[in-house]
Amino acid sequence: MKKTVLIIILFLVAAILSEVNASSDKEIICASTTSTENSGLFGHILPIFEKKTGIKVKVVARGTGAAIEMGKRGDADVAFVHAKELELKAVEEGFFVNRHEVMYNDFVIIGPTNDPAKIKGIKSTIEAFKKIAGSASFVSRGDNSGTNNMELSIWKKTGIVPKGQEWYLEVGQGMEKTQRIANEKRAYTLTDRGTWLATKDKDNLDMVIVLEGDPTLFNQYAVMAVNPEKHTHVKYKEAMEFVNWLISKEGQQAIGSFKDKNGNQLFIPNAK
Amino acid sequence: MNSMTEGFLKAFSLIYNLDQELLGIILLSLKVSGAALIISSIIGVPAGAVIGLKKFPGRGFIITLLNTFMGLPPVVVGLFVYLLLSRSGPLGFMGLLYTPSAMVAAQIILALPIVASLCHSAIVAVDPIIGQASITLGATPYQKAVAIIKEARYGILSSVIAGFGRVMAEVGAILIVGGNIAGYTRVMTTTIALETDKGNFELALALGVILLIISLIINIALHLIQRKGMAGTIR
Repeated sequence: MKKTVLIIILFLVAAILSEVNASSDKEIICASTTSTENSGLFGHILPIFEKKTGIKVKVVARGTGAAIEMGKRGDADVAFVHAKELELKAVEEGFFVNRHEVMYNDFVIIGPTNDPAKIKGIKSTIEAFKKIAGSASFVSRGDNSGTNNMELSIWKKTGIVPKGQEWYLEVGQGMEKTQRIANEKRAYTLTDRGTWLATKDKDNLDMVIVLEGDPTLFNQYAVMAVNPEKHTHVKYKEAMEFVNWLISKEGQQAIGSFKDKNGNQLFIPNAK
Repeated sequence: MNSMTEGFLKAFSLIYNLDQELLGIILLSLKVSGAALIISSIIGVPAGAVIGLKKFPGRGFIITLLNTFMGLPPVVVGLFVYLLLSRSGPLGFMGLLYTPSAMVAAQIILALPIVASLCHSAIVAVDPIIGQASITLGATPYQKAVAIIKEARYGILSSVIAGFGRVMAEVGAILIVGGNIAGYTRVMTTTIALETDKGNFELALALGVILLIISLIINIALHLIQRKGMAGTIR
């Protein structure tokens, strides 16, 4: 009895240890954002890349701020994010190299279907934010994500300091959860069109787009490799293969051909 | 309510049509938590036994420390292990972040205090007569210790079961150190968290039901072993 138990335990430990770190060299860690992972984009493009190059891309999805931080600490090989200012700052500090713009979608302001703050018809995002402030609730990601950074930059332009106001709810959650909270709270929020299109029906959101098409709301995604001079262990060669593929004709086509369940194109490739 | 019923129905259809991906997720959950539990037990049970049997300076403090660590928030443990294993951290050279090994390490930190502390309690709770009787019967200190541990085995197994419950249900720590990478570090609880984030409530609930069923099966097995242990104890 004791022997059997011992043998089983030894076997288990051996099996676990042998498999636990069965990783090959041909793989990289990509720090990215919830919007790209949850929309299903990576599920669509990564198998194509893997088939071509044999490089497996492991995606860790965080907010843009956290994803950049991962790269800075050397815990990722490449970052695929959307907050231009943060990205340029990190490149300038020497943490990343070879930043390339890859694709875009746009942000939209969504609010309750009955539009209590009467935003519909307003063309300027800044005006819309000013009107929402105080007359209705606004849900903020509050997580230093790309969307959160975009939202904060708009507030900055309005001259309003929303933090701490009772109508301003910082939830610290991903985009889709934030939308659901806005729906429950009958509040407005800033979301990316991809997440909105992919989830509004599934989540039964009683909300509509109240403002779209303002150039301010342009949402650019970029990819950049972790600087091998900062972190010598990073798989720079493989990371650059991924970067170059994303901006190649083939990679751009893969992004453009990605559609959600309802047939909407969620990301528009625009690499230069 | 509708979501709940659908969740349960979906759970059974998922189990029935068990696909490769889900099977991989379930197996990884069992592997990670199993490894963490086995290592925690190998360290925790003897440690608990020593603390329970021996008197030494600082013993009271260690017990208090263990009891405090039983309540460690998983997120804090995750963050601690993350900073430790991060490439910029002291153990970064090992390259363990975002691997199942990192998840095992975090879960050991969570389970070890529970196993050791409850094991210590089980041993302390043994009737002192057992020890006295074994001495009277001419037992060496080692034989006396063995007699006490044998008497406490029911409680010791309980400590392992409690540790198992902690690691199987845990999500905060492994999400941080594992990264929830599809097909590599994605386990049951992190999948449930992800599907909840994505708004797939029925699927998330279904996975929760499956997790519960797995825990039930394992606990039934452990209970059977426990009962066997009880029957063998002379009271």
